[in-house]
Amino acid sequence: MIRLFWRDITLAFRSGGGFGLGLGFFLILVTLVPFGVGPDSAQLQIIAPGILWVGALLACLLSLDRMFALDYEDGSLDLLLTAPIPLEGVVAVKALAHWITTGLPLVIAAPALGFLLHLDMAAYKWLIITLLVGTPALSFIGAFGAALTVSLKRGGLLMSLLVLPLYIPTLIFGAEVVRRGAEGFLVGTPLALQAGITAGAIALLPFAAAAALRVAAR
Amino acid sequence: MSFISVTDLAVSRGGLPVLEGLTFAVKAGEILVLRGPNGAGKTTLLRTLAGLQPPFAGAVTSDPDAVAYAAHADGLKATLTVTENLSFWSGVYGGGDIAPALKHFNLEALRDRPAGNLSAGQKRRLGLARLMVTQRPIWVLDEPTVSLDKASVAIFAEAVKEHVAKGGAAIIATHIDLGFEETVFDVTPFKARHDVVRNDFDTSFDDFEDDKDGAFL
Amino acid sequence: MSFNMNSIWEWANPRKFMRWTDKALPVVAVLAAVVFVAGLVWGFFFTPDDYRQGATVKIFYIHVPAAMMAINIWAMMLVTSLIWIVRRHHVSVLAAKSAASIGMTMTLIALITGAVWGKPMWGTYWEWDPRLTSFLILFLFYVGYMALWEAVENPDTAADLTSVLCLVGSVFAILSRYAVLFWNQGLHQGASLSMDAEENVADVYWYPALVCIAGFVLLFIALVLLRTRTEIRARRLHAIELRERAENA
Repeated sequence: MIRLFWRDITLAFRSGGGFGLGLGFFLILVTLVPFGVGPDSAQLQIIAPGILWVGALLACLLSLDRMFALDYEDGSLDLLLTAPIPLEGVVAVKALAHWITTGLPLVIAAPALGFLLHLDMAAYKWLIITLLVGTPALSFIGAFGAALTVSLKRGGLLMSLLVLPLYIPTLIFGAEVVRRGAEGFLVGTPLALQAGITAGAIALLPFAAAAALRVAAR
Repeated sequence: MSFISVTDLAVSRGGLPVLEGLTFAVKAGEILVLRGPNGAGKTTLLRTLAGLQPPFAGAVTSDPDAVAYAAHADGLKATLTVTENLSFWSGVYGGGDIAPALKHFNLEALRDRPAGNLSAGQKRRLGLARLMVTQRPIWVLDEPTVSLDKASVAIFAEAVKEHVAKGGAAIIATHIDLGFEETVFDVTPFKARHDVVRNDFDTSFDDFEDDKDGAFL
Repeated sequence: MSFNMNSIWEWANPRKFMRWTDKALPVVAVLAAVVFVAGLVWGFFFTPDDYRQGATVKIFYIHVPAAMMAINIWAMMLVTSLIWIVRRHHVSVLAAKSAASIGMTMTLIALITGAVWGKPMWGTYWEWDPRLTSFLILFLFYVGYMALWEAVENPDTAADLTSVLCLVGSVFAILSRYAVLFWNQGLHQGASLSMDAEENVADVYWYPALVCIAGFVLLFIALVLLRTRTEIRARRLHAIELRERAENA
């Protein structure tokens, strides 16, 4: 299992795709927003929490379809299925590796991008915390979507259609935490709810994803 | 005691049975070679034996953790080196030493090359070397000699003989003669008959034979 | 015709299902038409205009039943998907597939009639109100579920994958519902019909509304039976085609 984790991390680094690509996408997205809505800093400040969360969500989505598809194509998935490790564990480990290579860089980069969008000073702390708490859920929900569409020839678009609605609760609570943080309100409730979703996703979705993978492999 | 045995097994591809009525057993020290034309269902049978898909009917009796499966796709990562690829699978399957496998398949000189740079035959050899590090008794191999040259085929045949001599077993779908003392099993006579209704969905119609009015179709 | 009723699951045998629906469908369809038309005529022409909302209130007789069906059809799909996962009854999962497009249409009807009603009521066609937003999300869930059915070639694989999606989707649909409530408290009135319905809606509106709801339920049953029959035939055709192709190969 640890081997699998390191392999996925190494692969993400060597192929140069997963790691930098998501971050670059995040940056471009945030750069584009002012062109779309105008440079008014007061307005940007208001929408910054939402933009940062939506951006994180889309950047996360970008690398999801490769989570199982590459292993499916080169036969690794068949070999993992016959290996003496539980498939649920494989899913969890791969989702974790996805989070480390995609979610975590977003968490680290988000404050810099928040700066570009004139995010309120008080909100930075909460932006980092909520991304840290929420992005694992994005990876685990995404793993489920990727598993559902792994055997399809052009599954990427369909996966977006399936995964994005599942991201809604995480997005709502995440953006709410930052917004409340910026206005100096208490953030306990949405943060706790978001943490609940993340915990639930980590605990349960590997089982659903593994079931989908077994169906796809046969 | 046999390692793996199948009784009245039928296997299906895309919901449709391709082979049926298969009964055989493989004991320790035995090699079973499957033969049959393309599309006969050899791959489907091997995938079923490896536990990747459920039997359509009948039963496969074996310890699922006893089978090492190798198919057309080798499960190699192009950006990982030969050693990294092999030690990954060794780790997944419980940590066998990779040195003998590298040596046997003549991969020592290539050990630090990324798998993406290997030729098709070299990749194949690496994929087969993986079998040795799994330390599993039953090898289930689907066309293992594809893209191997004569020398490599000999190396592979030697590896299988050694494995079997140590108390392992192998089930191999292949068209070439590898010089084993093998049991040949031709799957052709077991082609599933499609004129009889036996699909899973079809059989769900069978429970009510009192319906003679041919309600539909 | 002697029925050997060992268990209710026998009704899920495709052959038996085809036979009893062959007889039941016309009855249900006629009943649905009668109740549906009666409810709407009663609601549209024989109830007084609301003193505040005028005649616009009458869209209520389509809006509310459609909205109720939109949610309940997903619940029905959840149950039938579970039956497929646990007991592998093909008819069950085909019923879920059949219900999805009806559910999606009901959601769309609820959204459109809501927009039409919302304009005179709130002065806007669309508002990011929790209830409206939830229905939009539900609509997306229906679309995703149907798209997955379309995308997977092998019917059994499609059935398995969509059932798992329905299961996980249900959990997230409920999560979304509460998340959306949290996000925006909204201007939509509370549920129109509930156990204490009499307090919300006067009898004169309530009885025709009940008839309308019964009409929508019957319409759904008729449609889902019809569509499930079609799906069973299509599935059977698929099996026969496969077999012929294999024979000719």
